[in-house]
Amino acid sequence: MSKAKDKKGRRRFLKVSGVGAGVLVGGLIVGCNPIRRTIFTRAEKTIPPYIGKTEPMLWFQITPDNKYILHSSKVEMGQGTFTGLAQIAAEELGVNVEDVEVVHAQTDTGNIDAFATGGSLSIAGLYNPLREMGAAMREMLQAKAAEKLGVPVGDVKMENGNAIGPNKSLTYGEVVIDVNDWKVPKRPSIKERKDFKYIGKDIPRVDLVEKVNGAPIFGIDAEMEGMVYASLLKPAAIDASIKNIDLNGADTMAGVEQVIIRDEYIAVVASSYIEATQARRMIRYEVEINKAWDTKTLEEHIKVGKGTKQVVQKEGKRIEDISESGKVVEIEFHSPIGAHAQMEPNGAVASVKDGKATVILSTQVVSITRDEVAKALGFSKKDVNIIPTFLGGGFGRRLHTPLAVHAALLSQEIGKPVKCFMDRKQEFQNDTFRPPTHHVMKAKVSQEGKILGLEHIFASGNVMFESALIPPFAHGFMEGFLRADIGSIRGGSIMYQKLANYHTAYYHNKLPFATSFWRSLGLLANTFAIESFIDELALSVNGDPVTMRLEMLDSSDSHQKRIMEVIKTVAQKAGYTNEVVNGRAMGLAASIDAGSPCAQVAEVSIENNQIMVHKVTCAFDCGFAINPDQVKAQVEGCINMGISAAMFEKMDIVNNELQPINYGAYRMAMMKHSPKEIDTILIEGMAEPGPVGEPPLGPIGAAIANAVRRITGQRITRMPLEIS
Amino acid sequence: MKITFSINGKQVSVDTNGEAPLLWVIRDTLNLKGTKFGCGKAACGACTIHVDGKAVRSCSFATKYAEGTEITTIEGLSSGGQKHPVKQAWEDEIVPQCGYCQPGFIMATAAMLTEIPNPTDQEIDDNIINICRCGTYYRMRKAIHRAADLKNQNS
Ligand code: FES
Ligand code: FES
Repeated sequence: MSKAKDKKGRRRFLKVSGVGAGVLVGGLIVGCNPIRRTIFTRAEKTIPPYIGKTEPMLWFQITPDNKYILHSSKVEMGQGTFTGLAQIAAEELGVNVEDVEVVHAQTDTGNIDAFATGGSLSIAGLYNPLREMGAAMREMLQAKAAEKLGVPVGDVKMENGNAIGPNKSLTYGEVVIDVNDWKVPKRPSIKERKDFKYIGKDIPRVDLVEKVNGAPIFGIDAEMEGMVYASLLKPAAIDASIKNIDLNGADTMAGVEQVIIRDEYIAVVASSYIEATQARRMIRYEVEINKAWDTKTLEEHIKVGKGTKQVVQKEGKRIEDISESGKVVEIEFHSPIGAHAQMEPNGAVASVKDGKATVILSTQVVSITRDEVAKALGFSKKDVNIIPTFLGGGFGRRLHTPLAVHAALLSQEIGKPVKCFMDRKQEFQNDTFRPPTHHVMKAKVSQEGKILGLEHIFASGNVMFESALIPPFAHGFMEGFLRADIGSIRGGSIMYQKLANYHTAYYHNKLPFATSFWRSLGLLANTFAIESFIDELALSVNGDPVTMRLEMLDSSDSHQKRIMEVIKTVAQKAGYTNEVVNGRAMGLAASIDAGSPCAQVAEVSIENNQIMVHKVTCAFDCGFAINPDQVKAQVEGCINMGISAAMFEKMDIVNNELQPINYGAYRMAMMKHSPKEIDTILIEGMAEPGPVGEPPLGPIGAAIANAVRRITGQRITRMPLEIS
Repeated sequence: MKITFSINGKQVSVDTNGEAPLLWVIRDTLNLKGTKFGCGKAACGACTIHVDGKAVRSCSFATKYAEGTEITTIEGLSSGGQKHPVKQAWEDEIVPQCGYCQPGFIMATAAMLTEIPNPTDQEIDDNIINICRCGTYYRMRKAIHRAADLKNQNS
């Protein structure tokens, strides 16, 4: 066992660490570009600490009947966090992993994550704090067991939920009976890696059986005694307001209790979901459009050269200032608006009664939602309890969940619990979309085929600037100071840092509809542009895309070395070749996101003008894999979601409305589009776990496009990828 | 109107608007929440159930047509009181991520296997046309083949 580090080197045990200190400290020195650039680089490389409560008593609940319940402040949205947390908890607590039950911590319990579940940070951030909390809990139990058994602490062994003394043993459940004076040790002894029984092993998901049997675990499954259903009407058009409302009999339809007209929406309250929704659809109204938008005006708006500019990376010279002779290559790339399209629509069930509010919902921002509800109701935070449920998909869509506020306000007004959910059309039209992007890639290549300089200049809508993760008062400040949205630039920096000259700049413009976090943020689009371009350069100099990449990376830098490793591994494992064999070609691409490098080779053919992805080989370095099987599941999921986004998905603006409004019309990858083979190789290039849930989304779009290039000779420059 | 049918082996009568989608009767009147709402337009398959053994998207199936039928939902999917081979295969392959789409896929797969006991990849592609946003298709395909094997072993 090793002692948890103390004092300065102390890990995040029992203390909330400095909240986003790097960003805010930097923020004091306004107008200083190098400081901004440091922030951007740090944001790409470092794993932020867990920001939340770390008292063992808030996380662990041990009952007299020997239940070990872990109250998680992070939510389970499919990424497997609950399983990883169960493994870590069981390891240190000294119980069987199957015996640990993981539940969502309600805000009432006090175990609050001050931030959100997102950024692929749950396991990476909680690995050490939870080990220490588990170890502390075990030592607390051990001390109490020693007392009860009347033996020295050193004589009590803690194993499989038992405190074993020299003559007698107690179950953990027996130890906790009648104990009220727990003493939390300051420096608990945590296990060393070589002694791990569960961490690092393929443990089946803890939520497997419930999910296979359709258990009622999601927000949309929640009910409250005596509840009514509310359906909200908002203008479907963007940048618009509603006028001349005609209820058209909606208020007298069967089951309808009342219709409430507010500035922001009209709420139809009824005794069932279907009655509320049908009555809402009866309402007639006129729409007043402030500004006409269509997909064309949008493309003119999000364009390199438009909006505020911020330099993100600046090393050596700009291309026009490079004196060595060579030819300049330039290609522009585009990516469309992307929808989250998570399967469970957004909504909430709320009850406001006797000065207390309870809200049940799927959300990635538990504490932020509590604060918003409290503020809207004029309650103190302690009078609001948020009960998080399993999420039917998150992907960033639930980093703002304002329906909790609407449901709570309606419940307050009506005096009954209210269930309020969107239908799929509303979900598509009120999404917080992945913003569209425009990229200008430029390089200068010498006669000998050496890359003299590389530039990525791009434009994107907001990801982070307007999000609920930043308190409203700070939006202007963040935007004014940073000028480049940290979310949009994810994956936008050039990782080939052995080059003498490279440069990244970002143009930022606001859109008339909400854009925000979409799994991996800017990574997919940025990598599509950069890695497609690199591939084109490799082809133009008759080179091999593997060697060309490796030559631009610096093996003396530990970060860069890990990128080199994934590229080499994937090329070797896939048997990478530039040749087209029997109509099938390979495409290679790589990226690094939040410190986790990933490289993929896609094996592709074209059948009836349709791109088919047969196999994807992926080398991924997320550091220490807590559950390798579930890391692979995330890789597979990212590949399929990436295929979907890169090959099919696209929102348009038609008549000032975001379209399409349902699955099917919004084309997505299905079973037939999923590769029949996915070969994932995990490389553990760090001793600690790094981010997992998003980084493997980076390379896939470019990898497919690069393979297509070898078959057709055409360079695809737009997502969704289409054969012309 | 009053509509009578059997659901998961139990006879029930509901008093409802016959045009209302069966999905909401199952979820909210009968309180069986395993059948999911995804789109309401027969476009995602999250609401798939069996009506007389055939896969049906219940969001687009008027309740009046349920009269006199035998309905099975994910909660009732078993095989002679045993764990259903499709559920078993799903557990063995550790398929679910968020889990929201999974009941629909499991119901669609179970119905397919009664018609096509040994589906080829092509047949899987043609018949399993639900949507999984988490992208668990790769493991689903493995689970479908495994379920077919389990089922054929048992019979
Ligand atoms: S909810 Fe029925 S098919 Fe989508
Ligand atoms: S497992 Fe999440 S949608 Fe399929």
